[in-house]
Amino acid sequence: MKTSVPVEPNLQVSAARSPKKSRTFTMQSITPYLYIAPHLLFFLIFLVLPTGYGVYLSLHDWDLLRPAKFVGLENYYDIFFNKDSIDYSEFWNACWNTFKFVIFAVPVLILVPLLLAIAIDTKTWGSGFFRALFYAPSLLSVVTAVLIWVWMFDSNAGLVNYYLAKLGITGVAWLADLPWAWIALVIITVWWTIGRNLIIFLAGLNDIPDDLHEAAKLDGAGKVSRFLNVILPGLRGPMLFALVTTTIDSFNIFGQSMVATQGGPGTETKTLIMYIREAAFGSYRMGDAAAMAIVMGMFMLIVSVVQFGWINRDRSGRKRRTQAE
Amino acid sequence: MALKSEERTTKWVSFVFLTVVAILWMAPLLWIISTSFKPEGQAIQLPLRWIPETITLENYRNVLGDTEQSPIFLWFGNSLFISTLHTLLVLIVDALAAYAYARMAFRGKEIIFWTLMATMMIPTVMNFIPLYAIVDAIHWIDTPWAMIVPGLGGVLGIFLLRSFYEGIPRELEEAARIDGASSLQIFVRIILPLSKPALVTLALLTFLGNWNDFLWPLIVTNKVETRTLPVGLSILQGAYTTQYAKLMAGTVLSALPVLVLFLFSQRFFVKGVSMSGIKG
Repeated sequence: MKTSVPVEPNLQVSAARSPKKSRTFTMQSITPYLYIAPHLLFFLIFLVLPTGYGVYLSLHDWDLLRPAKFVGLENYYDIFFNKDSIDYSEFWNACWNTFKFVIFAVPVLILVPLLLAIAIDTKTWGSGFFRALFYAPSLLSVVTAVLIWVWMFDSNAGLVNYYLAKLGITGVAWLADLPWAWIALVIITVWWTIGRNLIIFLAGLNDIPDDLHEAAKLDGAGKVSRFLNVILPGLRGPMLFALVTTTIDSFNIFGQSMVATQGGPGTETKTLIMYIREAAFGSYRMGDAAAMAIVMGMFMLIVSVVQFGWINRDRSGRKRRTQAE
Repeated sequence: MALKSEERTTKWVSFVFLTVVAILWMAPLLWIISTSFKPEGQAIQLPLRWIPETITLENYRNVLGDTEQSPIFLWFGNSLFISTLHTLLVLIVDALAAYAYARMAFRGKEIIFWTLMATMMIPTVMNFIPLYAIVDAIHWIDTPWAMIVPGLGGVLGIFLLRSFYEGIPRELEEAARIDGASSLQIFVRIILPLSKPALVTLALLTFLGNWNDFLWPLIVTNKVETRTLPVGLSILQGAYTTQYAKLMAGTVLSALPVLVLFLFSQRFFVKGVSMSGIKG
């Protein structure tokens, strides 16, 4: 459909009062809704509805077959207080395991790409190649990445133990013993995922004006002082963004332990998502699983809000340069 | 001159550091390629050999040939179909909606847009059980739709495209409007061609995210023939527990498509990641 003859803007305003024009006006006023409607429909059905339905399920007992039975807050009570329930010990075990992973993995997942980014930012030889190489593993699916490392960590013919032996170090059963299983999971995750943070840091470093480096150098600032006073403050925004997203991703750890350790030894590396999936699709306790998912989501939300609070304090605290691009 | 030589040292130190890490990063990839070309017996032989004693294609032949246990082509086809269609739909749905949020004035715009953005905070874990129940209720379990459609409600694409559209000069649209072009014509003829870089970036990120997804396809597929490549690969792990040469052939095959894609589209990935990162 075509809007009628081009008119001068000021004429349009006065013409809008005539009945004919006001009809095109309504036509125009629904146009935006037509643009957003398809997305909004999917958004409502597959994002908003599940969120509400999840709360509903968490208040019920349901095995996917028989009608759901309302049980009030019992599922939550079981998780938090009922020592006799199936979930009490298993959920908190998985929760503690996941927390452990978050606490071990997140600092490494921030520090390693930070060091690499600073090295690449010196524009040394082949920096484009290095950037591409460190980013490449994050394109693999978690299963591919983990299987590669299952083979690397094999206790008999694995590359890792082989070279450790060459250095005179006795190898360990990486995926079957503690604390090695956790260390292996962190190594796998670092190899697999540092690419994103690396690129975020590189973009951040790129935004630090060269004059700042030059000025600091002329003032006689050493490397350490330049790192602390120019680079770190300049990277504060990207760093906190990386912190928030890396923390969320680490809470969601599933594929690594699912494929590499199957949650073992025992249930020592079983993570929250693994346990929730098991409760839902292994023993068909959908209500319990929904409640556990909400509790886990709330933990994550609290952590995110605290971290976002940091970012905002940072943003209001200092006048941030507006992004040029 | 002191500055110059200090700069040179920094460059050298960085180079050595990066090279060491690069070797560590490359070793696993080279090692699985090496393993995948070894006869099964030699794969676990000590001392380890980087260059296989005998180079064989037997593992690839076995993995690709055993269509009962490891229908890799079928899984690959499933993944390709699902990810391609999903990406196309995301592009259409998001490009339209983002345009309205970027350029049009309508009642409730701010509220709707910021509601969308706020849902980015909702941890995905809270949704996967109720979403399964919904998908089950509409009989989509073990169909591609379970992996194509639910993701269309996501909001990241709208966020990315909206900020890109906002950088397009308004004068272009004004001129077209004065020439009598309709809103849809302006969108299709002016906005879409100009946003090609953003659309390609979003397409790659969407495709890859969907292609590599593991948890959701694992939940919504049960039959061997409806699995996607990552889930299929995890089945291979069970089937070839101790047959590393074969398992690594399968792993190489699963890694190949994305790494080739990356070779040709690196800059879009880099741009996409920094775009979603810095603005967020």
